[in-house]
Amino acid sequence: MTALLTLTRRELAGHFFSLRGYVIMAGVQLLLGASLLTVVYLLNGLAYDLPFTEKFPQTEFFWLVLLMVAPVITMRTFAHEKASGTFETLMTTPVSDIQVVLAKFIGSYVFFLIAFLPTVIYPFLLEHYAHEALKVDSGAVWSLALGIGLYGAFFMALGCFASSLTRSQIVAAVLTFAVGTGLFILGYLADLRPTEVQWWHHLVQHISMLRHMQDFSTGIVDSRHVMFYLSLTAVFLFFTLKSVESRRWK
Amino acid sequence: MAEPEPDTPPMIEVNHLTKYYGGRPAIQDLSFTVPHGEIVGFLGPNGAGKSTTMRILAGFLSATEGAARVAGHDVATDSEAVRRRVGFMPENNPLHDDMRVREYLKFRARLKGLDKPTSRDRVEDVIAQFDLGDVQGRMIGELSKGFRQRVGLADALVHEPELLILDEPTIGLDPHQIRTVRQHIKELGKNHTVLISSHILPEVEVTCSRLLIFHEGTVVANDTPRGLEQSLGGHHRITVELQAPQEVLHEAWEEMAEIEHHRVLPAEGDFSRCALTPRDGEDLRPRVSALARARGWPLRELTRERHTLEDIFVHITREDDD
Repeated sequence: MTALLTLTRRELAGHFFSLRGYVIMAGVQLLLGASLLTVVYLLNGLAYDLPFTEKFPQTEFFWLVLLMVAPVITMRTFAHEKASGTFETLMTTPVSDIQVVLAKFIGSYVFFLIAFLPTVIYPFLLEHYAHEALKVDSGAVWSLALGIGLYGAFFMALGCFASSLTRSQIVAAVLTFAVGTGLFILGYLADLRPTEVQWWHHLVQHISMLRHMQDFSTGIVDSRHVMFYLSLTAVFLFFTLKSVESRRWK
Repeated sequence: MAEPEPDTPPMIEVNHLTKYYGGRPAIQDLSFTVPHGEIVGFLGPNGAGKSTTMRILAGFLSATEGAARVAGHDVATDSEAVRRRVGFMPENNPLHDDMRVREYLKFRARLKGLDKPTSRDRVEDVIAQFDLGDVQGRMIGELSKGFRQRVGLADALVHEPELLILDEPTIGLDPHQIRTVRQHIKELGKNHTVLISSHILPEVEVTCSRLLIFHEGTVVANDTPRGLEQSLGGHHRITVELQAPQEVLHEAWEEMAEIEHHRVLPAEGDFSRCALTPRDGEDLRPRVSALARARGWPLRELTRERHTLEDIFVHITREDDD
């Protein structure tokens, strides 16, 4: 337990030791801020009937952030240690493989949450400065936050797995981005052909992250969506563990 | 569950260890034993299996076949106990460049399972031991190679391991730094069993009490440096520089029955430099000096070459090829 705590702290601190961590946080907030501006513009100029929380995750910037942030946060986790050789000094201390995997994951995930944290004040900012008529449904805000949190868990696990496969941070980042974006685009298929009902259409509807986020943003916490993200997180953490263990039998 | 252990199991016990890397054996049917308290050198060219063996002993890799025990604990089934007892410094001494020296050592001590007060004391100890006081607040990435090496050694030692495994600890250092590291290793050998690897022969020759010579994934020799030298037999060459005409010297060496082979070359001044190989390992020096005195030849050098490990190494590894 001490080892897990020590490792997690080091993982998290690693983000703040260099400029990288601050650049990521600034980038996230810049793009989310742009997303907020887009929404404000819409609310300002046009007759618009969707609540703020629902519009927010439909902007391009929102998804740009979500798809970009996982690769840049997680690409370092294993790949950097493998390339620099510190993976060897790490794995020859009496820590277990699972502790290492969990520490890398938790470290990345906590950093992800920190980078997104300021976003929580957006809706209240809006409410404070906007016209009286604008009411923010705080329930929807929290369910959207939950959605982003679940999404983050899955993508951090995916990123850790990609990073554990290679010594190159670039390869890890591209892999995470490709798989993440691929999954996201698959979700679009659900919207593209809504009339034609085939087996894959049902499947695609279930994995459409856009739909998931829409549900969360309207205040619906669907347990199927929650399970979707939680189980994928678990699966990719398991894959990561197997990948870390593979040095023994490879 | 636990087997009854003998009173003091050897520090390292390797039995028929084999490791395949993508279908090719990195080490093959490796067996050797290292008793407590020795400084053991793994010697061999790159790719001979030294690093692979060290990584298995340190608990980083698993063997394909065979077993290895460290202080009586199996490296495969009891890996955590082994890792607790081993201090490992991998090749090129990888460190976290973005951490400060003291912070890094503290992090490592905690990872290795020391509690807070103990880790504080131990970090204090190793900082003093390796003279890192002046750089303890510096970033590791900014340190010179010599300091980095000392940080690596301090890390390997911070949890007071019984066995130290150092893979090429002096590679890339300048001669002065090499001497410092060598001194540290000798010092460590007093209280620990130390395993170092090198492909540079003088390196291990001066530090180690026992040498294991690796060649193509197997140990081809396991002995003390002196023992290895003796096992090679006599044939100590004599070099002598005399002031005498070359033809006369040729004749003189021909006449001496103990000399198997000789060579005479001109040297500076009127001197000649002769290389004499004895027939059966005899020390020729008394005979040669007596001859020089009898003939009145001025003598300015008379040396007997010892076999260097270089010769031993070439000799042993050649045998395989023949």
